Amino acid sequence: METKYISQSGIEQWFNAIITSGKRVYAPVNSRGQIDFKLVKNLNEVSSEYIQTTQSIKASVYPKAEVLFSYEKVNGKVNLTDFDPESVPETVMWKVHPCDAAGFKPLSAIFNWDGADKLHNAHLAKTSLVSFSCASADESCFCTSVNGSPGNTAGSDIQLTMLPDGGAIAEILTSRGGELAALLPSVFEADKGVKKEKYLVDLPARFSLEEVNTKLSKAFNSTVWKEQSERCIGCGACAFVCPTCACFDIQEDVHGSKGRRIRCWDACGFAMFTLHTSGHNPREHQSQRWRQRILHKFSYMPERLGVVGCTGCGRCSRACPVDMNILEHITSIAQQ
Amino acid sequence: MSEKNTYLPYLMTIEKITKEAPGVKTFRLKFQDEAEAATFEFQAGQFGEYSAFGEGESTFCIASSPTRNGYIECTFRDTGRVTSGLSSLEEGSTMGFRGPYGNVFPMDEWKGKNLLFIAGGIALPPMRCLIWNALDLRENFRDITIVYGARTVKDLVYKSELKEWEERPDVRMVTTVDPGGETPDWKGEVGFVPTVVEKVAPSAENTIAIVCGPPVMIKFTFPVLEKLGFRDDQIYTTLENRMKCGVGKCGRCNVGKLYVCKDGPVFSKEELNLIPAEEY
Repeated sequence: METKYISQSGIEQWFNAIITSGKRVYAPVNSRGQIDFKLVKNLNEVSSEYIQTTQSIKASVYPKAEVLFSYEKVNGKVNLTDFDPESVPETVMWKVHPCDAAGFKPLSAIFNWDGADKLHNAHLAKTSLVSFSCASADESCFCTSVNGSPGNTAGSDIQLTMLPDGGAIAEILTSRGGELAALLPSVFEADKGVKKEKYLVDLPARFSLEEVNTKLSKAFNSTVWKEQSERCIGCGACAFVCPTCACFDIQEDVHGSKGRRIRCWDACGFAMFTLHTSGHNPREHQSQRWRQRILHKFSYMPERLGVVGCTGCGRCSRACPVDMNILEHITSIAQQ
Repeated sequence: MSEKNTYLPYLMTIEKITKEAPGVKTFRLKFQDEAEAATFEFQAGQFGEYSAFGEGESTFCIASSPTRNGYIECTFRDTGRVTSGLSSLEEGSTMGFRGPYGNVFPMDEWKGKNLLFIAGGIALPPMRCLIWNALDLRENFRDITIVYGARTVKDLVYKSELKEWEERPDVRMVTTVDPGGETPDWKGEVGFVPTVVEKVAPSAENTIAIVCGPPVMIKFTFPVLEKLGFRDDQIYTTLENRMKCGVGKCGRCNVGKLYVCKDGPVFSKEELNLIPAEEY
């Protein structure tokens, strides 16, 4: 861990050096009013005015649809072609928020808790995160309630905290961050001794995780699930924008004698998620699915994996078409 | 990076197909790769992901006993896209298998005990693995009783094996069909499984009861066992939630905080009492 100063022009030169190195760089881009991580080549493509991208950076280490392996049927035999970790390109996620970087830990906990997930790990090994600490937040943000903060460095390889002069405090946090900085070491100047806390948004915690956990341990049969999910339409948007939701489906993509088995994002909020072939469905009602979503993130994951399945990014609340608000719902559970 | 891709299946050849009942088939599968065959091991209770290339994967238990080497068997009913794809395959065809997954029946703890197997319909396969396993190690157990029922005579699976168990002097075999499901020459019991269990009235003393069947059968069998004096730690069952990965990642088979694929599929009734019944 090393703290440096990088000037406004230094940031641009360093960004260009990363592009020149051949790594793919994804950064927030404003495309017709929607800001999301897109492949970029120039720093001026990167959006500056936003609180949160619509999608998290989850897809960089857990693609929306990923080929697990492919196969070909030849004369009654089947030839398999395994996933090749070498096929994953070196990628830099630029201008990631701390709540997104913090999402990698719960994601990896799910994929590796009992048996390693080769595909996820291949992406992780090739992905570097340059996070920008948060100088602003909106009413959906609540990272400080779930072990995070606007300047949280967990998961980041380098974190920049922007300063009024256009330059930034650069915290080089990991060896991978060191390698990124080494692409243009001259722009990383001596630390000016400025404290980053001054440039972070003040975001008071809204609930205590311990309290939520205690309440949830007795809440399975509570009426709160029905009350909170009465208007849920089961669209799954919350799961798709979430940086830690990892539930997936496995599908087949077939073209003649060739095919691919594909892992696709899924959502516990979908009615068919747990539907048995017999027609029996253990979670028939939306309220049961909502309960699963909350208990999985705030009770089962902490107990079984030692991590909370939420980073407080607030995307699910922003994306919800019927205005369900996770912060309000969790706060009300904590206060019950 | 030498990690294995969990999702890459073993290639299997369908060596033998047995038609068990309408829509129900048993496949005997052999590993195409000899090295894989040599290192493959499993225990009674475990399951796998079986795939028809072009259709996808389905979850079934391993229906053959680990004491029978060189092959595995699965029994399934043609009901959805994958099972219908599998069902259309012929002997000699290639299919995929991933596994073994999940926990096992604690057979070592059952040494010296009586075993009572209670199964309904298409739920005999997971128990068949265990039954043969116990019969192949017959000296380890005392009395073995099997109560098996199906809706109709033609829905009974493993008919030749049922006969074999019936003829064995060291097995008490009771076969039943639901009222109205009998044929004129039916010699077994007529009645629902829980009623027949009550009639057979096996002693609970030093006995382990293993119950596999549709949820409704299990629901009505548990109270009968309780009445017969079985404690919750003497009763075992398997849960059959929907799964995709089989390895605790896809999130589908969560029952309360447990994963059926990792913490199960075998649960004692004592363990079931700790998880919400509405989730399975």
